[in-house]
Amino acid sequence: MIFPRKTLSILAALTIGAALAAPAFASDTIKIGVAGAHSGDLASYGIPTMKATELVVKDVNAKGGINGKMLEVLAEDDVCKPEVATNTATKLVSENVNVVIGHICSGATKAALPIYRDANILVMSPSATTPDLTQSGDYPNFYRTIAADDAQARTLVDFTTGVLKMTKIAVIHDKGDYGKGLAEYVRTFIEQGGKAKAVLFEGVTPGAVDYSAVVQKIKRSGAEAVIYGGYHPEASKIVGQMRKKRMKTAFLGPDGVKDDTFIKVAGDKAEGVYATGPADVSKNPITQKFHKAFIEAEGTEPGAFFDNALSAAIAMTNAIAKAESTDSAAIAKVLHTETADTPFGAIKFADNGEPIGIGFVIYQVKDGVYQQVQ
Amino acid sequence: MEYFIELLFSGLTRGSIYALIALGYTMVYGIIGLINFAHGEIYMIGAFTALVVSTALTIYGFPLLAVVVLTALAAAVWAASYGYTIERLAYRPLRSAPRLSPLISAIGMSIFLQNYVLLAQTSDFVPFPALVPEFAFMEPYAHIVGSSDMAILVVSALAMIILTCMIKYTRTGKAMRATAQDQKMALLVGINVDNVISITFITGSALAAIGGLLIASHIGQINFYIGFIAGIKAFTAAVLGGIGSIPGAVLGSFILGLTEAFATGYVSSDYEDVFAFSLLVLILIFKPAGLLGKATIEKV
Repeated sequence: MIFPRKTLSILAALTIGAALAAPAFASDTIKIGVAGAHSGDLASYGIPTMKATELVVKDVNAKGGINGKMLEVLAEDDVCKPEVATNTATKLVSENVNVVIGHICSGATKAALPIYRDANILVMSPSATTPDLTQSGDYPNFYRTIAADDAQARTLVDFTTGVLKMTKIAVIHDKGDYGKGLAEYVRTFIEQGGKAKAVLFEGVTPGAVDYSAVVQKIKRSGAEAVIYGGYHPEASKIVGQMRKKRMKTAFLGPDGVKDDTFIKVAGDKAEGVYATGPADVSKNPITQKFHKAFIEAEGTEPGAFFDNALSAAIAMTNAIAKAESTDSAAIAKVLHTETADTPFGAIKFADNGEPIGIGFVIYQVKDGVYQQVQ
Repeated sequence: MEYFIELLFSGLTRGSIYALIALGYTMVYGIIGLINFAHGEIYMIGAFTALVVSTALTIYGFPLLAVVVLTALAAAVWAASYGYTIERLAYRPLRSAPRLSPLISAIGMSIFLQNYVLLAQTSDFVPFPALVPEFAFMEPYAHIVGSSDMAILVVSALAMIILTCMIKYTRTGKAMRATAQDQKMALLVGINVDNVISITFITGSALAAIGGLLIASHIGQINFYIGFIAGIKAFTAAVLGGIGSIPGAVLGSFILGLTEAFATGYVSSDYEDVFAFSLLVLILIFKPAGLLGKATIEKV
């Protein structure tokens, strides 16, 4: 490219100016990028995260910031599209953000991650649940404050083999995306664990008038526990028929079964059934404080992933404060080793970036209500 | 061997359930050559009526036997009145129309009734009380076949016997058979064809309502959509046995129920529908009119 001499000198001056200005500016504030869908169909998933981060930043700044530096939020929209997310990420990198909270959708997150990785910026998503993001090992800069899609299956299998100490498990599903997907993870984890055997793996037809044949098959397989992937209507029919046949086999289901309708419909046959579900965080004072602040500011209840986003923002700011630096390696060390107090309780992160302390807990039906086990 | 017997009972239960609904399909088809797609919805309405009536009676402290009998009567009468009304409103005006028109009318009626119950009741599953108690004498066999399974078997056997006797030995039955053979000729010999058709709808609907009560009590929950799936299966069973034929509907139902149970038991429940419908295709290839259906010659 050929520029006239005059333009060149102006450009040079500008570049030098920018170069001088940027570090001076960066030293004033710590920049937190927030990326996600802030417009379009899925904006309702992304905006609560932006608001949550702003609230946490406001809270930290009100206490004097971190090491004398104020925090600043830079929000960028990716409309949950992978092709837009790469631009979003490039923009945030060029704005010299120190850390990123986001992205919201798994696909967009996956597309953006290599750009942050190459720029050595840590990313924490409140909502991207694809197991691959942490398990592939491709993104050492990635953290999340939500349980992965396979976390329920792992919780169910760990509970059945570890706590209940059962070795023969029948895996039943409803052939749907949710149910079959979960059942396949369950089977994989049973095989990987080596402590138990999946003696049966079958799909039932939702809406059928009678499940006694498959119940007989469960009985014949000698299973001590049934792990069911699917929703509560079929679960209550299967449990009902198992108990009618005087089978005492344990029954475990995912959050699709942890529904009050299940107990209402299955009645006394629901007693003793286990189901996974997220821990109740509404009583936590941190949750209450930020929910109150949100309602005062916006006049509505916060939306999807708000608590997860609060946790991400708190964990990140906490790690920057404890690391006393914005160096990624120093922040990462704190994230892995020290806990942060979030709406979900004290959390830290495993080596692969999965949260320790956020996940599913087991509930059991006792006296007609789901009660948390442990 | 015990496993085989267990599966056998499980298949017979399913078969009886299908039979109670399939009889209504086959009777209507036999008389007026119409596939009454709203029949599954009559079954669902019977179940909902039973729920309301049995809950009310239980609250007033009636003994269980009285609750069951009164509920069955109420459900049968209520569902029968629906069956009668549907025929008057949706099918009778179209009796001389091309065959496709009443069929569309039937599908419309089915969708209408589903949405009516959805709006009037709820979209959620609602619990249904166990109207059939766990009999003490059944306890030693409870692991093989439950009391409610047994009740379904016995009631559907009784229903079939009564229905067959009615058609064979009563004046109404004779009139039904005549109407089925030739409507115009029946009219000429003084049979009130409109009445006969109404009676057919009433009988079929009452049977479906009894089925609805028994099945809902067996599986313990109902919603507005149960009629659709049960209806499709029962319709399949009726076609399998030869639509229009009453023993055919019963035979077809048991074949379908047993195939599903044994396919689940010995192969995989993933494939129960595959087996059931493959069997249907096979039978229809070799016997296009179904197992007991009469191959009718179209007069052109």
